Amino acid sequence: MQHRHAARIAALMAAALGMGTLAACSGDDGESTTLNVTLANHVWTDIITEKIPEFEEQSGLDVVVTQLSEDQLVDNYKVKLNAGSADVDVMMYRPLQVGKLFGQNGYFADITDRVSGAGDWDWEDFQAGPVGLTTYEDQVVGVPMITESEMLYYRTDLLEDAGLEVPTTMAELEEAARTIHEENPGTAGIVMRSQASAAVTQLSGFLYSFGGTWLDDQGHSAIASDEAKEAYAYYGRLLHDYGPDQISTDMSWPESAAIFAQGDAGFWIDASSLYENVYDPAKSQVGDQVGFAPFPAGPDGSRPYNVAAWALGINAASQNQDNAWAFIQWATSPDMTLEIQTEGVPSARTSVWENPEGTESFPEDLAAAIAANGENGVGQDRPLVVGVAEAREIVGAPIVAAITGEDSDQAAEQANEQFEAFLESDG
Amino acid sequence: MTSTSSDAVPISTRLSRWANQHRKWLFAAPAMAFTAMLICFPVGWTLYLSLTDAKGSVRRPADFIGISNYLRVLTDTDRFWPAVARTGVFTFGALALELVLGMAIALLLWRTFRGQRWVRVSILLPFVATPVAIAMMWRLIFEPNIGFANRVMGWLGLPPQPWLADPGMTLPTLIFVDVWEFTPMVAIILLAGLSTLPDEPDEAARIDGAGLWQRFWYVTLPMLKPVVLVAVLLRAIDALKTFDLLYVTKGQGGGSFHEAETLNIYVYGLSFKYNDFGVASAVLIIFFLMILAVMWLLTFRRKGAKL
Repeated sequence: MQHRHAARIAALMAAALGMGTLAACSGDDGESTTLNVTLANHVWTDIITEKIPEFEEQSGLDVVVTQLSEDQLVDNYKVKLNAGSADVDVMMYRPLQVGKLFGQNGYFADITDRVSGAGDWDWEDFQAGPVGLTTYEDQVVGVPMITESEMLYYRTDLLEDAGLEVPTTMAELEEAARTIHEENPGTAGIVMRSQASAAVTQLSGFLYSFGGTWLDDQGHSAIASDEAKEAYAYYGRLLHDYGPDQISTDMSWPESAAIFAQGDAGFWIDASSLYENVYDPAKSQVGDQVGFAPFPAGPDGSRPYNVAAWALGINAASQNQDNAWAFIQWATSPDMTLEIQTEGVPSARTSVWENPEGTESFPEDLAAAIAANGENGVGQDRPLVVGVAEAREIVGAPIVAAITGEDSDQAAEQANEQFEAFLESDG
Repeated sequence: MTSTSSDAVPISTRLSRWANQHRKWLFAAPAMAFTAMLICFPVGWTLYLSLTDAKGSVRRPADFIGISNYLRVLTDTDRFWPAVARTGVFTFGALALELVLGMAIALLLWRTFRGQRWVRVSILLPFVATPVAIAMMWRLIFEPNIGFANRVMGWLGLPPQPWLADPGMTLPTLIFVDVWEFTPMVAIILLAGLSTLPDEPDEAARIDGAGLWQRFWYVTLPMLKPVVLVAVLLRAIDALKTFDLLYVTKGQGGGSFHEAETLNIYVYGLSFKYNDFGVASAVLIIFFLMILAVMWLLTFRRKGAKL
């Protein structure tokens, strides 16, 4: 009798397995009322997640938000989208970092018709630079919602004590950093990113202002030009000579912002969208003494980056694209954009910038600096290639060499060769 | 009709009889097949990828390119071999220190004393804490400008050190953290081994006038050898595969100079940053073979020791 018993158990188990599989499949058919939204840690995300219940009520959808830090976000996409997973519908992404790669891999749904047919939502209202970055081979694949430019943050009290004016040129900046460093033992004159690939975006403003570029007109590496070498050396010298006493080569923006926010540095150069980290008294010990200035001018003028930092796209494998689009439209509507910008997140909508309400919550000098950067800005802050992550490591190596006091010219020559080889096989 | 039915046993009965005789295999079969698939599929898929030029997305068409990924990896003196060297230094450095310290702690705890239980529990604490939390804690402690480590150096009148920020000091510092974290595990394994040892040989040696060191070296250690090998095997495999500590303290790529880039971190970078799945798979297969070789060496030597 025992074997009958066994057969019965086996049959039961098989049935249970089958049912499990069926249940797992049933979720994938057609449009679902659950919308999976993946967002990065950002002030924008904090604001929008608070408002999501409004959207849920209005649309009848359940929104499931996954929130990750930048690196984890990209890794998450790479795992899921590589597997063709449909459980990401709306994706927040960095157009400059992964736009080309994901576009080439076919990860993005084409939303050209959706944006141009959206009427009052007004696609024409978005700034041309950011829109260029969210367009892949003539297809619109994303809606830019956060812009940023390279900003000079300074300590008003330290500058005043030293009798200094706000620097407007590279020479003045170096002089001011030197003075502050000398007059305040233990305080760095300036702090900036020092990790090889993280620092690349911040170097870009220096590179452009010294007259350099990442790639020349023929698409070849231009990082060993005299201008580029000068930019590398200057960036490294600032940190090596006037940076924190124990200079680490692992600093990205959280580390450098922390040093500035603790009152341990006179200047900080980084993205404008990060200003809350040093300005908000809850996060910064020097919130009252932070000043904002446009990027200082080099031999080629003041040429900071001014880019679309983040955009929203739709996963090409999503079964829920209509609802995903409804969410994007809601999150980037003119009213919502205005509301979010008044809480401190610079947007990509022209109408919001033209509306006095759009900038009244910013500190006055911040709004002025962003406006000035907008006029002079360059629309990219890193080499526009497919393998951006690898390229950043290569072109970032001379920065670290300069910071640690090594020969950055030689490092630039070496990086130039590697970059040239990389460009040949890129994509 | 009646004769045939009584002669030949119906097929269903024969089947169930067979099933009854082999039921231990039948019952285990689904689980075994599942486990085999879980092991074989990823290894097989990685092996396949390592022979192609898959890049960008694994769903894009890739060409079969034979062993050229392996050739590229094995001739790469820029990233691959330094990563192998760092993996070796980290593993053997950590392992050696952990064995010596673990043995010392195990010997101390072997003899009974008051409050022994408390000491045994508290010594295990670093080992039971979450590795990522530990790594973040040490990263803050070793922060060169505001970290606690340099404050302690100040109290001792020593100059501040760059710790994890200096390429030359990174690996030793990371080995220190690993030793801090995993010595308790080695100590516990060794202690378990020590407590099963018979007292007689030690007593005999004592009567024969052997000193403390002699008793340890010639009596206790040889008897403990199988346990030591188990500890070495477990820790070696674990240390070779260390990822959390390195990733949390130094990030992707193991720092600006790749100073903490072991094989694991390198492969992570190849696949997640460079999306170079073919090359990443080739490195993984080579790494897999290396770990197999280490395991084989250790178990082979253990058998030799028993003979």
